[in-house]
Amino acid sequence: MPVTAALSARGLSKRYGSTAALAFVDLEVGAGELVGLLGPNGAGKSTLVKIACGLVRPSAGEARVAGAPAGSRAARASTGYLAELFRFPGWARAEEVLALHQRLARSDGGAAEREALLARVGLGGEGGRQVETMSKGMQQRLGIAQALVGEPRLVLLDEPTSALDPGGRRTVRELLVGLREEGVGVLLNSHLLSEIELVCDRVVIIDRGRVVTEGPPRDLTAPGGVEVETSEGVRRLPEARREDVPGIVRELVAGGAEVYGVRVVSGTLEDAYLDAVVGRDE
Amino acid sequence: MSDALAIAAHSLREAVRRRVLLVVALLTAAFLGLYALAAFEAFDSLEPAGGGFVPIDERALAGGTLLGLAMFVALFLGVVLAVFLTLGAVRGDAERGLLQPLVVRPVGRTTLLIGRLLAASAVCAPYVVTVFLAATLITHAAGDFTPGSLVVPAAGLALGVVTVVAISLLGSALLGTTANGIAIFMVFATGLAAGLLGQIGDALDVDSLTTASSVISWIVPFEALYLNGLHALTADIDGAAGVIVRLGPFGGASDVGAGIWPWAVAWSAAVLALAALAFRRRDL
Repeated sequence: MPVTAALSARGLSKRYGSTAALAFVDLEVGAGELVGLLGPNGAGKSTLVKIACGLVRPSAGEARVAGAPAGSRAARASTGYLAELFRFPGWARAEEVLALHQRLARSDGGAAEREALLARVGLGGEGGRQVETMSKGMQQRLGIAQALVGEPRLVLLDEPTSALDPGGRRTVRELLVGLREEGVGVLLNSHLLSEIELVCDRVVIIDRGRVVTEGPPRDLTAPGGVEVETSEGVRRLPEARREDVPGIVRELVAGGAEVYGVRVVSGTLEDAYLDAVVGRDE
Repeated sequence: MSDALAIAAHSLREAVRRRVLLVVALLTAAFLGLYALAAFEAFDSLEPAGGGFVPIDERALAGGTLLGLAMFVALFLGVVLAVFLTLGAVRGDAERGLLQPLVVRPVGRTTLLIGRLLAASAVCAPYVVTVFLAATLITHAAGDFTPGSLVVPAAGLALGVVTVVAISLLGSALLGTTANGIAIFMVFATGLAAGLLGQIGDALDVDSLTTASSVISWIVPFEALYLNGLHALTADIDGAAGVIVRLGPFGGASDVGAGIWPWAVAWSAAVLALAALAFRRRDL
């Protein structure tokens, strides 16, 4: 029996007047899959995420969350969401924020769930702290904890690490890996390509409302040749691949060169992103 | 309903923690202090009945006028409170990023609005009743004056501010925070102007003015409820004093009929339904 996708979008389009924010986007996030969403500002990433969680109605097409139409009560019950620009009431304590969301999400996890979520995002023992006394990074962590209330099947994170220091980013990476192991589908919208490259199973690049390329990060990153350090300096062989390395070394040694090191160069996700987005403009 | 109550409790907690209620209590205490001063001074300066050219019950005149004024102030303060508690409920909170985390939960947008209505009403309705009853007690203590009715004016004030809460919620779904605040006070001023028009129409015996006043006061029912309450307050004051006090401050007293009660309730429900419709159609 096939497992229902955490998020499935077919022909999703959104127009604001004469502007097409999204045009016929197909996207799927499987259970336990981490999908990174990349694209320049105004590409339609946030619109896609907002349609998935029911904040924006599509002009055409359909999105389903865990099998239910996006925006329906059943879909919202299966969704956790952290907005790019969110705020919690400054007067509320972290625990009160989570308690309200537990009640609205109909979670019966109680204090144990709240404590576990706070600990998971690195805010253990901070439940009594007022939001207005928290740093931006702490509020972002609280936002992530809030998104995980009620054990959602789909988590939509819109720039979740923008305010975090390197330690906080690592915490979030570990959390995302944990969610994958629990079978939660995650759609991660971020400009931090290195983050996405490190944790995501698949990357979808959007530009001007359309999906321009998608695939696992390793498939999107093109090989960058081989660098060989010899007694005569570093030689770059841009067309060479990993399989060519033994032959290259053999040939160099046979020719009297001394080989000190070999490095297989691979392209980065940034290269792939720029090829997909900037390359379209040229 | 449990979700609406959760939202209402959250909003009430906000009002308490942000010390909105404390500030309101302090300012209201200041108003009541000034009112007490004015009431005692007014009653102390009364001359014995029958001293003038036309015999007037000065005690009733002073009591009715003072309580009519207190009723207007209670309504005005209640409207201010209602507006500030709700004017940014939809677009304002969405622009600040407060609304989105709540709306994506499996709680309907209509439920969210009902929660906000319940919270604001739970603050504003008891508030206006308390201010009015406190003013009544002060007036009684200062001049031994008791109004013809307490229930009708108090209930009218309470339902009046609930109608304003509903308008403010509708405005919050359609307009930005500042624009909504301005719009609500314009609507409030329109109601007052309608009362004054009716007063002028009565004085000059111009039917078209009184009809226009009556129609407008039913379109914005807080005004009709206020006029009705003022009428109940002064109904048993006889003679010249009765004529004068029924002109009232900011609009003459008027018996608008029992139909105003179900009308105001239905009107509030309809306005809230419109707000819910606008909210449901809004992309956030």
